[in-house]
Amino acid sequence: MVRKVFLINSVAGGAAVWAGLPARAMGEESAPPVDLPLENGRRRLVAYPQKRPLLVLTSRPVQLETPFSVFDEGAFTPNDAFFVRWHLAGMPTAIDEDTFTIRVRGNVERELSLSVGDLRRLAPVEIAAVCECAGNSRGFSTPRVPGGQWANGAMGSALWTGARLRDVLRQSGLKAGSVQVRFNGADVPVLPATPDFRKSLDVDLALADDTLLAYAMNGRPLPLLNGFPVRLVVPGYFATYWVKMIDDIEVLTQPDDNFWMKTAYRIPATPTGGVEPGATGFATTPIGKLTVRSFITNFATGRRIAPGLQLIRGLAFDGGSGIKEVDFSPDGGITWERGLLGPDHGRYGFRAWTAAFTAEGGKRYTLLCRATSNAGDVQPSVAAWNPSGYQRNVIEQMEVRA
Amino acid sequence: MRKAIVTAAVVAGLLGGVAFHASGAASPVSVTLPPAVEAFPGGPEADLARRHCLTCHSSDYVYSQPKLSKAQWSAEVIKMVKVYGASIPDAEVGPIVDYLVAQNGKP
Repeated sequence: MVRKVFLINSVAGGAAVWAGLPARAMGEESAPPVDLPLENGRRRLVAYPQKRPLLVLTSRPVQLETPFSVFDEGAFTPNDAFFVRWHLAGMPTAIDEDTFTIRVRGNVERELSLSVGDLRRLAPVEIAAVCECAGNSRGFSTPRVPGGQWANGAMGSALWTGARLRDVLRQSGLKAGSVQVRFNGADVPVLPATPDFRKSLDVDLALADDTLLAYAMNGRPLPLLNGFPVRLVVPGYFATYWVKMIDDIEVLTQPDDNFWMKTAYRIPATPTGGVEPGATGFATTPIGKLTVRSFITNFATGRRIAPGLQLIRGLAFDGGSGIKEVDFSPDGGITWERGLLGPDHGRYGFRAWTAAFTAEGGKRYTLLCRATSNAGDVQPSVAAWNPSGYQRNVIEQMEVRA
Repeated sequence: MRKAIVTAAVVAGLLGGVAFHASGAASPVSVTLPPAVEAFPGGPEADLARRHCLTCHSSDYVYSQPKLSKAQWSAEVIKMVKVYGASIPDAEVGPIVDYLVAQNGKP
């Protein structure tokens, strides 16, 4: 017991040393709190297991936000910095990969019970893909809406390795009349009356080339908090479908009407996904593909910058058509220049971009960036609003002074 | 002995902060989460929030919200009962809403 405590303290100490800060016990704040630019936006920075210090949105169930400066590290988000979002407090904290099994059942020819080893024996597929919470940036909704008050750090891109879900479903054999496939993870609600967190994909998407049961993330096992040992990866789609710690796959003959599909994670069925604040009675549809977004990663609002030539670094992504171009404006949108795109890691991943401008001492600059996808979607200059604060993708704006 | 412990700690640190069992392989993985924040300040008026809200979630779920109106807090509490199955007696819904408005509300 003493030894265990010692281990935990040492591990947390390692994380704190990494951050260049005094060593402290795990779970203690490793730095002063961070004030996100939101009402009630103060967040503790705490190193959770397998994680560097991240912004604590909530502690039970755990929700951790990636500090935005991490995104300047490159087009792949390190596992120890990847955001965390659980829905149910009954999340297992110990998993034995050797005994973990995934059931495949429902409208199938053969029920299966697969081990992680069984998945590893199927043809492995590697895909770089952005995992973004539906409510990423919810804290910037105007007017504000209840829900997880994320700034822009509930996203990340990783290289995912796994088996195609299709290969598993073919082993099981879909029967005629299959319409959706439902996924459940090993997390459970505290109260029996709370709807268990389950999500479903239409059969076509479940059978798509790129839908994976992933057992590795950036070449390493997934951190437990990101869904060890296996999570669903649905490139191009919001993270709500990327079920973590997946242990149950059920083929359905009717569209899933469980709470998490029928009531939660739905957006207004309008072209932008937005409605007028206060609107009621509108039709809704399950949230789907990621909206096109871009960010500047090497500056932050309020920052003093040096006069002279400034290099701008940023990231962009969309729902899987790939990024066509990113435009940058140093003057609040009066003039725009085409950014230079970085290496292409595939149409689902973060796409790095750069631009440059010359800053004159004493002047203020409003920096904007605007991505256009290969599908022709462009970030809007006015944010679409919806009551759940989902899929925000307005053009980002940043004020700096030289 | 001390050296062995230090080595084990360093190895665990390199592997990313997980407590590995036995072989040191990637399985099984066991983690200990930092304690949840479970503070609802106040006297007896906070007891209902402590008793009901903390069953399923930490108190930072309340304090990280923007200041919500009484109608919004009321909708949240009713959602906890009707959707998530919280067993809050009808007579206690009003006092909980009042407490949440006093803690993190707006007119």
